[in-house]
Amino acid sequence: MFSASLSMLPAAITNGLMYGAIYALVALGLTLIYGVLHIINFAHGAMLMLALYAAFFLFHLFGIDPYLAILIVTPAAFVFGYVIYRWGVGKLSGGRDQNILLITLGLSIIIENGALFFFTGDQQTVSLSYSYEAVDLGFVFLSYPKIISFFASLLICLLLWALMTKTDLGRAIRAVAKQREGARLVGIDVENIFAITFGIGIACLGAAGCMLLPIFYVDPYTGNIFVVIAFTIVVLGGMGSIVGALLGGFIIGITESVGGLLLGESLGQIGISLIFILILILKPTGLFGSKV
Amino acid sequence: MATRNSTLVLCAIGFALLAFAPLGISSKFYLDILTLIFFTAYIGQSWNILGGYAGQFSFGGVMFFGTGAYASSILVNSFGVPAIIGVVVAILAGAVLALGVGYLSFRSGLRGSYFALITLAFAELLRVVANSLEITGGGVGLFLTYAPGLQNLQFKTPVGFYYFALILLAISIAIVIWLENSRFGAQLVAIRENEDAAEALGINTLRRKCQAIMIMGAMGGAAGTFYSQKYLYLDPPIAYSVHLSVEMLLVTIVGGMGTVFGPLIGSLVLHTVNEVTRNFIDTPGLSLIVYGIILIMIISYLPNGLIGLFKGRGSKKAGAAQGDGDA
Repeated sequence: MFSASLSMLPAAITNGLMYGAIYALVALGLTLIYGVLHIINFAHGAMLMLALYAAFFLFHLFGIDPYLAILIVTPAAFVFGYVIYRWGVGKLSGGRDQNILLITLGLSIIIENGALFFFTGDQQTVSLSYSYEAVDLGFVFLSYPKIISFFASLLICLLLWALMTKTDLGRAIRAVAKQREGARLVGIDVENIFAITFGIGIACLGAAGCMLLPIFYVDPYTGNIFVVIAFTIVVLGGMGSIVGALLGGFIIGITESVGGLLLGESLGQIGISLIFILILILKPTGLFGSKV
Repeated sequence: MATRNSTLVLCAIGFALLAFAPLGISSKFYLDILTLIFFTAYIGQSWNILGGYAGQFSFGGVMFFGTGAYASSILVNSFGVPAIIGVVVAILAGAVLALGVGYLSFRSGLRGSYFALITLAFAELLRVVANSLEITGGGVGLFLTYAPGLQNLQFKTPVGFYYFALILLAISIAIVIWLENSRFGAQLVAIRENEDAAEALGINTLRRKCQAIMIMGAMGGAAGTFYSQKYLYLDPPIAYSVHLSVEMLLVTIVGGMGTVFGPLIGSLVLHTVNEVTRNFIDTPGLSLIVYGIILIMIISYLPNGLIGLFKGRGSKKAGAAQGDGDA
């Protein structure tokens, strides 16, 4: 039995990479928000779930392909994040970090139950015309949606990295992350940068939601599945690190699928929590973490 | 000392009233709600000791509850040990687990969000393990037999569980009152206010934090036995639910962290809100939306929790913090 598993190892690793790229995207938003605002957005999973529903309804009502919906959902998610922070979380918290954490927790309760009320608890999936077409790599069949999601995720990570390192906005965001007061003194509108960062973080979720939908399902609790995974990736990669999130995403994706292969569906999940705990205990700054 | 005496008098009167309450309340519905309020207040109080007094926010407090619940249920189911002995094992299991988790995390210097996250991870780990072991019944869960009797900590009427929960709550409040008046409690508060300074003053912060989490663990363990003997069913999503981890910190924060009555007030208010909205709005989800909104409002406008309303508004510290926020 074990040898049979081993022969499937390359397939498991490939599948892990495919999911890992999307996990990275989910974690990217979390790590960005943490890096700048120094808070954990507990509504992250709930907002991912909203993005999944947005993509679902665009497909269901207007027949828009989820991969094209990225062009609508991502900007909409940015606006949503910006507004929620600027006139919601930021104002209500009075700028106190602990309050932001608790308010995002309250927000997640509202969003999750709002979804339950409006969309019911049923699981929804989409089926695309090319859902079942696949490429044969010799050791694994990869469906088109998985391949598209993988490369699209990589592309978005790259774009975000370019935004953060090559543009004035990126420089301003990094300045605020490093030195709030200093940034304020040189004339950066810190509150605005906070809201923009929050918006970008949620925009990543918008994109991630569109890419997850064709290979996953959505219900009001879907987000929870990804929250622990995203936290793990963020901690593993180093809070606030973009490269860390991508690498962390791959490691977790592979851990999950190889763990599932070797230990079985239910115990396979143990790898994620174990990595989480070990990293926290042994190297809490993560692989690429710098003390921001 | 004056405050201590008035707190004790208040407690004595309160518990005397609650002890006789079942004579006047015959409705099973109200008794069940009160039982639930006591239970949540109790579990919130366990979080309060580590979170409110020692300032260490855990997001996986449910792990002690779940482990205690499994410990006593497995003893009952697989070894025929009566729950009244099982609860002792559950308390020990909770404390030992807490020592392990606490020692590993605190020794590595994990604070703030990092401590919150590692507790979350431990709870997840235990959920996955419970889901795949045979002795826990795996994903199917454990069913307990209904055999009312004190030795099984099961009761024929809701009044029995009412008293069970009331006793748990009384014990937890006694622990916190002791904490408020003990050197140990003062050291926890010192750690909360400034850990480095506390360390510099010669407080063994690692030891104190481990002791605080062990008290939390022991209390959580007993809560687990209470739950499993009352509802007679246990599975991994119940035993290690993120929801309960969140609920224990919410009732405490809403009521008032680091206070004797905070968790009780928080539990009372949140459960009342929940019941009332559920009565008026009979649609899944909607009542919890109201719950979420109230939560955000309390966090935004009452930085010291509801108890801050009663304790002299002259609380300068809170006023100053509020002012800072508005500026």
